[in-house]
Amino acid sequence: MKIVVLVKEVPDTYGDRKLNLETGLADRAASDTVLDEIGERALEVALSYADGHADTEVVVLSMSPEAAAATVRKGLAMGASSAVQLVDEALVGADLGLTAEALAGALQHIGYDLVIAGNESTDGSGGVLPAMIAELLDVPNATSLNSVEIAEGEVRGERASDHGTMQVTATLPAVISITERLPDARFPNFKGIMAAKKKPFETLSLAEVGVDAETTEASRSIMISLAEKPPRTAGTKIVDEGDAGERLAEYLVQNRLA
Amino acid sequence: MTDYPADSILVLLDTTPSGALTKSAAGLLGAAAGVGTPVALIVAAGGEQLASDAAALGAARVLVAEPTELGAQLTVPVADALAAAAELVRPDAVLVSNSIEGREIAARFAARSRSGLAVDAVGVSRDAEGVIAHHSVYGGAYNVDSAVTWGAPVITVREGAIDARAEAQPVSIERLEVAASARRAAVIDSVDEAVVTSSRPELRGAAKVVSGGRGLGSEEQFALVDQLADVLGAAVGASRAAVDAGYVPQSYQVGQTGVSVSPQLYIALGISGAIQHRAGMQTAKTIVAINKDADAPIFEIADFGIVGDLFTVVPQLIAALEARKA
Ligand SMILES: Cc1cc2nc3c(=O)[nH]c(=O)nc-3n(C[C@H](O)[C@H](O)[C@H](O)COP(=O)(O)OP(=O)(O)OC[C@H]3O[C@@H](n4cnc5c(N)ncnc54)[C@H](O)[C@@H]3O)c2cc1C
Repeated sequence: MKIVVLVKEVPDTYGDRKLNLETGLADRAASDTVLDEIGERALEVALSYADGHADTEVVVLSMSPEAAAATVRKGLAMGASSAVQLVDEALVGADLGLTAEALAGALQHIGYDLVIAGNESTDGSGGVLPAMIAELLDVPNATSLNSVEIAEGEVRGERASDHGTMQVTATLPAVISITERLPDARFPNFKGIMAAKKKPFETLSLAEVGVDAETTEASRSIMISLAEKPPRTAGTKIVDEGDAGERLAEYLVQNRLA
Repeated sequence: MTDYPADSILVLLDTTPSGALTKSAAGLLGAAAGVGTPVALIVAAGGEQLASDAAALGAARVLVAEPTELGAQLTVPVADALAAAAELVRPDAVLVSNSIEGREIAARFAARSRSGLAVDAVGVSRDAEGVIAHHSVYGGAYNVDSAVTWGAPVITVREGAIDARAEAQPVSIERLEVAASARRAAVIDSVDEAVVTSSRPELRGAAKVVSGGRGLGSEEQFALVDQLADVLGAAVGASRAAVDAGYVPQSYQVGQTGVSVSPQLYIALGISGAIQHRAGMQTAKTIVAINKDADAPIFEIADFGIVGDLFTVVPQLIAALEARKA
């Protein structure tokens, strides 16, 4: 079984995240970057399956600037067998459509039985890429899964839907995405970090995966304006001296909020 | 063949498993009416019955489809219906709810038709070149507008974000035939619809929200959040720590990886105010926080902050509000 896990480098959400007001791109220098937590959980799903099934190959795939290589390597340290990074100048500022085409192209190049992604990233939080990629590859999307059961030839799980849950099954090859209900990822240990240095790390360009970023056949979404909102400021802060509940009631009533 | 207005906006309306329109319909049709003529697509068994609901919410025309694999396969049958509707209507934009089901249908349709896709819009407008989507990103820190290079944009609209409502229209129904794309799809084995037993407002789009965090301490003690919410007529939310601790289901989670809310009033009880929580609520008009830690970051954005024990402050607040009501 060959499992490809989609991972992404994102600004660390524990710090401030900035957009560059001139380019409209995430300002990578303004915040620390980390492997997206949901991608780590997706990798954990693959690794825990591999723990019990020796003939499993786990590949991490990331479309990212070259500088993200160190972050992608964390996936190797956690236990993935190999990593593929899709790097291309033409992907800077790529919209969802181009991103999906590039990742689908890379997946075809790598080969896969199962693709595992997070349901949504913490920065773009589009939540659409897994289904777009499934469409482009003509495979099923079993997405937004709270639980995952990988079997021979199929994958099953509980889908968190809008009005409850569903049990869904997809025949492999398939694309699945997982929610943060799945367990936290393991930490890379010393042995893993050392082993990661010797694992295959391939860098691919768009041309190598057969995608043309400039094609006019696809319509692209573009940012036409960007403005920063003034940050919120703190208002009144009181320390409870036995009457804070009364005072809050008064505040709410005065402001017509109660 | 029927003619559709040149400024048609195709709106896919979500339905619940038990076959009603979801609450997002009013906002979607309201947004569409602001930029063109709303043409609704309802993909459901017995969709005709829902057509009059859609017309009442502003759909000038209603297309009803029931693809063969509907309910048996995930995403693909509705994406096929949306593709057929877009082919027929040739709209200026396609609006879909940014729900879990909606955004994946939009995703498949956009990838298939190679349309520009804009997600999680909080508004739409139109300029000389076409329909523009407005987004609020990084937890509301930035406003971003997006357009597409050509053709009709596919836009998913954040649930509860649109206040505009369209005028009711006379009912005009057309049945849409859908040719199956034969794309491979996942199979839906069963559906477990969550029964809504609560009379409380829904979190998305609620005017008031009372949220509880880890500071509530237990599932039983979380009832205090419910009590305050009921006195205020508010929806109930929670932090991820409260969800992880099992006090409430995941659907209550407010924040970056939960629901984004923009209510008139947001009350945070026993929530520290981690940046990922703030990302889902900091665009609220008025924020109130009760936390026993004077240094909790939630106070940096609170209009009214109380440093105190929520288990003494909240019961007093409830009593004071009830006394005023009586
Ligand atoms: C990728 C990622 C995504 C995330 N997404 C989300 C998200 O969507 N939503 C979210 O909420 N979090 C999210 N988080 C988690 C977030 O970082 C915090 O861990 C979480 O918000 C903390 O919840 P809390 O404030 O309830 O708990 P804590 O941080 O533990 O805070 C509890 C607070 O309660 C106070 N308290 C305790 N007892 C009392 C009392 N008796 N009276 C008054 N105050 C009391 C304490 O002083 C403390 O400030 C995410 C994290 C990551 C990494």
